[in-house]
Amino acid sequence: MAQFIQVLLSGLATGSIYAMAAVGFTLIWQAAKTVNFAQGEFVMLPAFFVLIAHHALHLPFWLSLAVGLAAAVFVLGYLFKRLIVEPMLPVTGLPLIISTMALAIVLKESVKEFYGAEAQPFPELFPQDTIPVLDAVVSVQDLLNLAVSLSVVTALTLFLNRTRTGRCMQATAQNPDVAEILGVNTRRMVLYTFLINAALAALASFLISPVYLAKFSNGETLGLIAFIAAIVGGFNQIRGALVGGLLIGVLDNLTATYVTAEYRAALPLVLLILIIMVRPQGLVGTSEGRAV
Amino acid sequence: MRRYRTPLLLALGLAALIVAPIGQGNYIVYTLCSWLIFSIAATGLNLTLGYAGQISLAQASFMAIGAYITALMTLNGVHWLLAMPCSMLACFAVGLALGFPALRVQGHFLAFVTLAFNTLVFLVLRNEDWLTGGVYGLVGMERPGFGLFDTSKQLHFYYFTVAVFAVALAGMWWIVRSPWGRAFKALRENPIRAESLGVDTRRLTLLAFAIGSAYGGLAGALVAPLVQFIEPGSFALVHSLRLLLMVVVGGAGFFFGPVLGAAVVILLPEVLRFTEGYYLILYAGSVIVLMVFCPTGLIGVYGRLRQRLFPQRVVRGDMATGPQL
Repeated sequence: MAQFIQVLLSGLATGSIYAMAAVGFTLIWQAAKTVNFAQGEFVMLPAFFVLIAHHALHLPFWLSLAVGLAAAVFVLGYLFKRLIVEPMLPVTGLPLIISTMALAIVLKESVKEFYGAEAQPFPELFPQDTIPVLDAVVSVQDLLNLAVSLSVVTALTLFLNRTRTGRCMQATAQNPDVAEILGVNTRRMVLYTFLINAALAALASFLISPVYLAKFSNGETLGLIAFIAAIVGGFNQIRGALVGGLLIGVLDNLTATYVTAEYRAALPLVLLILIIMVRPQGLVGTSEGRAV
Repeated sequence: MRRYRTPLLLALGLAALIVAPIGQGNYIVYTLCSWLIFSIAATGLNLTLGYAGQISLAQASFMAIGAYITALMTLNGVHWLLAMPCSMLACFAVGLALGFPALRVQGHFLAFVTLAFNTLVFLVLRNEDWLTGGVYGLVGMERPGFGLFDTSKQLHFYYFTVAVFAVALAGMWWIVRSPWGRAFKALRENPIRAESLGVDTRRLTLLAFAIGSAYGGLAGALVAPLVQFIEPGSFALVHSLRLLLMVVVGGAGFFFGPVLGAAVVILLPEVLRFTEGYYLILYAGSVIVLMVFCPTGLIGVYGRLRQRLFPQRVVRGDMATGPQL
């Protein structure tokens, strides 16, 4: 029982970090109708911005985090939108998807060549203490990771549903033409979406790097899991991505502990195929209801 | 004159393929072989992507299935001529089984399912070492012999590959020109209209994917005797991405696009070798630039240039926007 609680909680903690990446994923999907194959690399890169600020520029750690966040929002949000997505906008579809795949390679290889191929230790954000709950030993880091990412996702949901800008963003995602007619500055709303996605990826990066270390190849698994989380939960809903992320985090940990460590990586994939067969709109998603 | 141009060009191309390796070292012949093999796999993917308009990220895993089946069968003394069709059939069947659920829903689901499938195949190949040899892979496959013609020499194997390549491309030529192939194109260009004209879009897409997968299996059946050593890492997800890049860089939906794309993707590392580690960055960067400025790929660049120089000729007006999802 004690082990179960520990496994469950650490699963929830990693799952909530996956959920942040997955939420960004669904936002991009809604705004630009494209699948960002570089999402995993978007989570990998900001940690290196922080490391550069911290080690090369000798800034204090909290300031490095701020610099890393700003750099991520600028490079992965603004530049990505401006240089890659925007020139293609009348025609997205396949070429844009291929570009994001190529971008993933560029980011990964650049980090490998210009920073280093080894996994880099990343300073801890939270104390490494443990507290006893019932008879389990629960790490404070897990609890705080869970708390931070859940509050970020909640804040984002509130922003999207309760503020004028947020509702304009939703309108743009649902029907850009009508939104434009009603006076929404759709281009700006799409830009906001990309900035928010970059910020979410950066936060996920800061939370996960102390656990997994910062490594150029981290994006491969993270990106795949973010996809799967988004699809399992439901591609057109933020809460879907959250549910999917948490579910995959927990299931991953449970399988690794109780069933098989060899096929641990296969579980999310099997889940993905099952969900697509049984409930293609995702666990809490709404069906878009068209076959062609 | 125009009537004879295509057969003439094809004959010239075949002659060039036959002359190319003469007097070259083993390594160059090997590179040419792998170019032809990857062209076969990319041509199969082109049917899925360029003609039926669905992204598949599992072409490398179909190559893996083909390669492992051929390797296991030839290691147990079965002739390649029997192992090859078994590989293709297996890939065709797996393609049907995999595509059936994914293609029930329109959208990117095939991309995701195949993405997951590629990783699954990799895991199975790595973990089930009683069958696949695990991370150490399988070694020592014999190259096939055909009576007097033995392919164990590199040059002989090259001509064998050329023959298979020519047959495979002729088969694809027939498929895209058959009523099926025309239906595939109708499907890509306007699925709603195709459906309203009585084309069973779902079945056709599934068929295109399965045939494309079988071509992957054929390529795999050639890889096993060429390299004579296969291991899971050679069929990881990144190789599926490479195959996808071949199709898109060359020009998805153009018959010879994947062959050109495969040449670029296989030969570019050799040309860019002096840049050492930066090769992938340069390569991926130029793909982004190509996609931003000319989404129809290299053949599309050529078409555009020709359009500018001889504006009376309309080249594939339907392809102006590139293939859509």
